[in-house]
Amino acid sequence: MANARDKNYEFVRREDAPILPPPATEAGITGWLWQNIFVSMADYTSIGAGIRSLLMAILSALILYFGGTQIYALIDFTIFSAVFSDPEGIKREACWTVDQGGVLPSGWHGACWPFVVAKQKFLLYGAYPAEDLWRVNLTGLVGLVGMVWVMIEQLPYRREVGAAMLSLYPLMAFILLTGGNSDAEFSNIGIWLVIGLAIISAGRLGKRGFLGPTFAEFATLIGFTGWVFLIFNAVRGVAAVDFGLEPIDTRDWGGLLITLVVAITGIVASLPLGIILALGRRSEMPVARLLSTIFIEFWRGIPLITVLFMASVMLPLFMPEGVNFDNLLRALIGVMLFSAAYMAEVIRGGLQAIDKGQYEGAQAMGLSYWQTMRLVILPQALTHVIPGIVNTFIGLFKDTTLVSIVGIFDLLGAAQSTIADPSWSSHVQALSVYVYVALLFFVFCFGMSRYSIYMENKLSKSRSH
Amino acid sequence: MSRPSSLIYDRQARSLVFQVLLILALVFGAWWLGSNTLVNLAAQGKTLGFGFLTQTSGFQINATLGTWLMEYNVGSSTYLDVYVIGIINTFLVAALGIIGATILGFTMGIMRLSKNFVIRSFATVYVEVLRNIPLLLQLFFWYFAVLRSLPNRRGQIEIFEGAAGINITGLYLPAPLPQDGAGIVGVAFIVFVIAAFWIGSWAKKRQYETGQRFPAFWAGVAIIFFGTALVYFVMGQPIDWSFPVFKDTGPLLRRGFQIGNGMAIIPEFIAVWLALTLYTAAFIAEIVRAGILAIAKGQTEASYSLGIRPGTTLRLVIIPQALRVIIPPLTSQYLNLTKNSSLAVAIAYPELVSIFAGTALNQVGKEIEMIGMMMIVYLTFSLLTAAFMNWFNARVKLVER
Repeated sequence: MANARDKNYEFVRREDAPILPPPATEAGITGWLWQNIFVSMADYTSIGAGIRSLLMAILSALILYFGGTQIYALIDFTIFSAVFSDPEGIKREACWTVDQGGVLPSGWHGACWPFVVAKQKFLLYGAYPAEDLWRVNLTGLVGLVGMVWVMIEQLPYRREVGAAMLSLYPLMAFILLTGGNSDAEFSNIGIWLVIGLAIISAGRLGKRGFLGPTFAEFATLIGFTGWVFLIFNAVRGVAAVDFGLEPIDTRDWGGLLITLVVAITGIVASLPLGIILALGRRSEMPVARLLSTIFIEFWRGIPLITVLFMASVMLPLFMPEGVNFDNLLRALIGVMLFSAAYMAEVIRGGLQAIDKGQYEGAQAMGLSYWQTMRLVILPQALTHVIPGIVNTFIGLFKDTTLVSIVGIFDLLGAAQSTIADPSWSSHVQALSVYVYVALLFFVFCFGMSRYSIYMENKLSKSRSH
Repeated sequence: MSRPSSLIYDRQARSLVFQVLLILALVFGAWWLGSNTLVNLAAQGKTLGFGFLTQTSGFQINATLGTWLMEYNVGSSTYLDVYVIGIINTFLVAALGIIGATILGFTMGIMRLSKNFVIRSFATVYVEVLRNIPLLLQLFFWYFAVLRSLPNRRGQIEIFEGAAGINITGLYLPAPLPQDGAGIVGVAFIVFVIAAFWIGSWAKKRQYETGQRFPAFWAGVAIIFFGTALVYFVMGQPIDWSFPVFKDTGPLLRRGFQIGNGMAIIPEFIAVWLALTLYTAAFIAEIVRAGILAIAKGQTEASYSLGIRPGTTLRLVIIPQALRVIIPPLTSQYLNLTKNSSLAVAIAYPELVSIFAGTALNQVGKEIEMIGMMMIVYLTFSLLTAAFMNWFNARVKLVER
């Protein structure tokens, strides 16, 4: 039978239809604009749809106008209208309008950057002596390099660098920032070091069975105690060495330095405590479980401000006479306990996500509880919750601003006290420094939240089969 | 058999020993702290006790809802009154903050998922900026940078002529003054609200049974509004309104808003409320977005293929399912908001931390009792929230199949 094509019917097409470009509403810039903006306001087929489209158009226009003017106002305030320099050194008058006795046009509203520049050192370091700023900078630089090293996956020795960042770096930071040279006596430390060594060797001997079978059971624990003694006193010893650094009281610290010290110490110190609490809350021992739960819920139930109040008012009452913490240490203890409770909940989430088979597998291998946790469960659980830990850190980083309420000059506290400086007083003084501080916080927090999202994606990729 | 080393490997014996040690350590720690505290208190010449609660307080508190409800007067009110005022003011700002943050947060969360680029990116910028700047800084911004640049106490920005205005001393609004019979209007209002809910459930039942729909929402609104208005007029308009009075003539020191007219809302309250609302709304927006995204796309598609419109789909299909995911983190945001209201101490809004653990503590010096009392308030609220969460989770689980 003949093909329809051969029969030469008029209605049968003989050439391919031309390949048309995609419709303007589907591709290219117009397509994007159509699909992302105009499609929602182009339906006028019925009265209801028409009203909805119209409302959508009005709403979009309003939001565009509102958002646009806000963003323009911010850019105008920080750049276009801002005063950038004060060449004559006239301080506050550089940011005064004609009405106030300055030179700027009436109604002027812009940032007073010379003020922020003049206060820059105070905002970043507080009253830290200017000739010793290299110590802070060195600490910051080493910390930054170490952190970036640990985060970039192509670099070698990441594990070693990470270990050093958690062990040697805090000691170095402590000595550099405070000046070290604590008044502990070397002979005293020496005695404790010898005691520590003795305990370790006793543990070693006991393990080999020289001291009887009963003792051998406890040998590991005793050896561990010895190491704790040894390391604790070695740290005390190093902190007591006179490196020739000028001692600097924490009262002279301030600004971003305090913010970073409080946030980083809080998070690093709260990790081990949080792990112990999380394990305690999931423990089979009722007493441990109850105590951990009470501890966690107590700290999570009260605002950080009350914790800081408690640390600054009640902590001195709890300590024996003569023991006196400085202000910063009190706040640090408060922040640490507070964030440990939050950390414990994050880690508990990670522990709960571990498959039961992992516990059973470890038990079948004959691992003890602590071996199971250290070698099998915790490594998985902690990697699982890295995003959660970063989020806790972001929260803590923002919450450090609260220490300014108990009289510690963190970044925000320092900013607040620069506003009280009459030699720079102008109607944009407060706003200028707030914008600057907000920008600093935003950069830190936004950067960390991006990192946490990146980690989340990476982890979820590695977890999907 | 009973060699000690066999006990070491006994699981129960080990855990028992460990727990006993833990309890001993706890008891010893508590005893150590307690004895230190007693020694220190004795050294400072202080005693423990709650006798201070009946002492009269010697400081002024900014006029707020708390002081108005407790009729606070320096010299006659006690520290217990101060405590209650603190609690009232804390929960006032927390409750209004929760309402504001919920509305704004849901709006922003839904806007973040809009197909419209303008709306979507506006919400994204809002969330990212507000979430990544500390709350205390935002509070300072509103209080010191925005509200301080309002006209001074002799000037005002008029919002409604003769009825509402704002200047540096606060926001002035008309105040209702209930007269005889106002209680009946209040009761009638509550009755009408209950009636509206009853109509709602009746309409739902009828729709399930017969398929016929009834505009229950608008009927309810009409009943509440017109019913209350009717009772109000029948009772002879028993609510008088006190309008704020602003003088811009006369002796200079007498100009400005006149005390005793209208309702004054102090700027500290406005700043705290704004900061809490805007900050928490950013977090709620993220929770709402995550909750909606957690609902499978098939639900939306199935709803569309049934011919249900996008708005109705969102309201009847997506949100009810998403609420199950949203409510637990939402509750914890409410808790956070309540706890964050304590930041108000930084700008001296008279809430619990500020007046009780701040000013009153400085005057009385009973650190342990007063900070303990303050913590109990927050802990009670946390525990109540936790209880609600457990109840809610249990209820949702029953619904689940």
